[in-house]
Amino acid sequence: MSGLTLLIPIALGMGVFGLAVFFWAMKHGQFEDLDGAAQRILIEDEDDEAA
Amino acid sequence: MNAATAIAPESDVELVDSRFTVPGMRCAGCIAKIERGLGELPGVDAARVNFSAKRVAVRHDAQLDDEALVEALERLGFESQPVADNPLATDDKDAKLLLRALAVAGFGMMNIMLLSVSVWSGAGGVTREMFHWLSALIALPVVAYSGRPFVASAAMALRYGRTNMDVPISIGVLLATGMSFYETLTGGEHAYFDGAVMLLFFLLAGRALDATMRNRTRAGIGALLGRMGKSAAVLQDDGSTRRISADELFPGMVMLVAAGEALAADGEVIDGAGAIDNAMLTGESTPEPVMVGDTVHAGAVNLSAPLRIRITATKGDTALAEIARLMDEAGQSRSRYVRIADRASRLYAPAVHSLALLAFIGWMLAGAGWHQAMIIAISVLIITCPCAMGLAVPAAQVVASGALVKKGVLVKDGSALERLAEVDTVLFDKTGTLTLGEPRAEIGDLDAEARSVALGLAQNSRHPLSKGLVASLQAAGTAPAEVIGVHEESGQGLLGLWHGTPAALERAEAAGSGLATTLRIGDRREVIRFSDPLRADAGATVSALSALGLSSQILSGDRTQSVAPVARALGILGRGAVQPAEKLVALEALKRQGHLPLMVGDGLNDGPALAAAHASLAPASASDASQQAADAVFLGDRLGPVSLAVRVARETMRIVRQNFVFAIGYNILAVPLALAGMVTPMVAAIAMSLSSLVVVGNSLRLARAAR
Repeated sequence: MSGLTLLIPIALGMGVFGLAVFFWAMKHGQFEDLDGAAQRILIEDEDDEAA
Repeated sequence: MNAATAIAPESDVELVDSRFTVPGMRCAGCIAKIERGLGELPGVDAARVNFSAKRVAVRHDAQLDDEALVEALERLGFESQPVADNPLATDDKDAKLLLRALAVAGFGMMNIMLLSVSVWSGAGGVTREMFHWLSALIALPVVAYSGRPFVASAAMALRYGRTNMDVPISIGVLLATGMSFYETLTGGEHAYFDGAVMLLFFLLAGRALDATMRNRTRAGIGALLGRMGKSAAVLQDDGSTRRISADELFPGMVMLVAAGEALAADGEVIDGAGAIDNAMLTGESTPEPVMVGDTVHAGAVNLSAPLRIRITATKGDTALAEIARLMDEAGQSRSRYVRIADRASRLYAPAVHSLALLAFIGWMLAGAGWHQAMIIAISVLIITCPCAMGLAVPAAQVVASGALVKKGVLVKDGSALERLAEVDTVLFDKTGTLTLGEPRAEIGDLDAEARSVALGLAQNSRHPLSKGLVASLQAAGTAPAEVIGVHEESGQGLLGLWHGTPAALERAEAAGSGLATTLRIGDRREVIRFSDPLRADAGATVSALSALGLSSQILSGDRTQSVAPVARALGILGRGAVQPAEKLVALEALKRQGHLPLMVGDGLNDGPALAAAHASLAPASASDASQQAADAVFLGDRLGPVSLAVRVARETMRIVRQNFVFAIGYNILAVPLALAGMVTPMVAAIAMSLSSLVVVGNSLRLARAAR
């Protein structure tokens, strides 16, 4: 029993943490452009001076 | 575009955001080119491409207008269109809400299942009670949050005295949660929190899939009907001109239309001659010659010399507005189409409710207490909840539309796939649909030298004939010759110097029938003719369609003389000189005979027919309005996607029906158990996930359907 009082909150806490991260990611547009992220890795960063 | 000189210092510049759809971006190089190219433009603060949505968001100086940015994109080699303030916001919000609800339900399901497994494996006494309380603590907020989409929709349906799939779902979930809470309070043996939350999770997965599919393809299509001229330069009594917005124009006014300007009203040419691009109205990009006395329509673009036009119709009276109105009315019938899931639920929901009620009454009569009778009734509701049914349709449709996207067919939503599967007759427009809709040059007679000089000249012009010439020459692998000083002279053509010899592409004098241009190199003259060829696989597609049991015919606005040879070549029926309204009449006649027509067309004149047909397809080169009206858009030079779309749609419906058989078959097996009172929460959970997995697995077979 005493183990459960520790383990269950930990399990729930991890679940809630994952959920919070997902909500954060959605709010900050991490899923807006899934294909773009895959493509952008191919762009060469030759022009830091242009940025 | 001298925006650079007008820019004030950074600090007091007002920055605004604009969005543009850029359908032509295909690769990482395009992203880099657009972002860098726009970033270098004076007055642009930042540009960010969204590749999935094929859109670019630009943060720029308020003085830099949309047209300047569209032109800048054009120079970078991309066609674009400004997007009004986030028109997809509501759809987007729906999809996001569903995703959040799905995440919450997933979290709840996993944690409650963790606790339930311990209860099933024999936890008893205080531990079981504590686990039930913990489950309740998780389940109540989860059901309250994730159940909203269903309860809201069910409440809406009930308020209008109808029933839909959400009514049995809501009743099942709410009753199960309430009953389980009561069990928890009284220290009972079984709590169905896991079942209720799992049900929500699977159903939300189906809904979220459906919403993502809608958004993904709409993003690829989302262009707007915005090409009609917004204002016109109107000639005043004293001979000067004044810009007047399209709303304030009146018939009788005389407007002066410069080259490159779009017409804001219908009218008659009273001075000047040249050519107009009527693609907005007809989808045909071949320039149309106009002269004094000709009628021109709003939305057409003047390609050459300035025209004076006496306005005959404005605003809602223009041909363009008339077509928009026809489309609007024609689209009404389609919104009455009932989707297969709703048809199923019309039969299913009453059956399930009466079954649960009968179970309750039966057990009461048999002498069980109201508590036990209630539990059995609820377990009937849970076990029959259309969990696998909720996935049966969207899972299959999402997989199928994903497979179609890879083949260049963008289907707008699931209902489109259902209707595509039912069609039995295909009506084709001719120009732009069976044919490419773009002039292609016949270059067989030209030698290598002439070809490369022609390409060197033509690539400098945006005239449709030049573009067609470039496309033909490039397809033949010609390299451009170095032609210098190329300039376009209105009414004459393209002039330049090639190794010191004057070279030109000029208007052909004796062209006879059809379009032609004369290539002049020094004293040498070659006539290049243009034609609008059939799409390469038009014949193969028509026979593929007839193999599927669909009969094809041509319904074209073009002259009967030019429709007949095409119809003969394809071996199908052809009707020419059909007005937009007559296309509607023809469609209605077919529908009355019990046919379900598929319309394939591109021009705005096809718009009403596209909206009225049982299902419709448009090529990506179609006018914006037609793309909006069509159920699906296909990319590329081939017609094959038409038969492919029908084939895949039918395959999809076959899988959907199989899914229904699985889902209902499982219910038939499980209901007697539930009626006998033998369904424990564990049995319910296993049955539910198994049937959902089978349905999803079966749907995944569609990934290969488009091969």
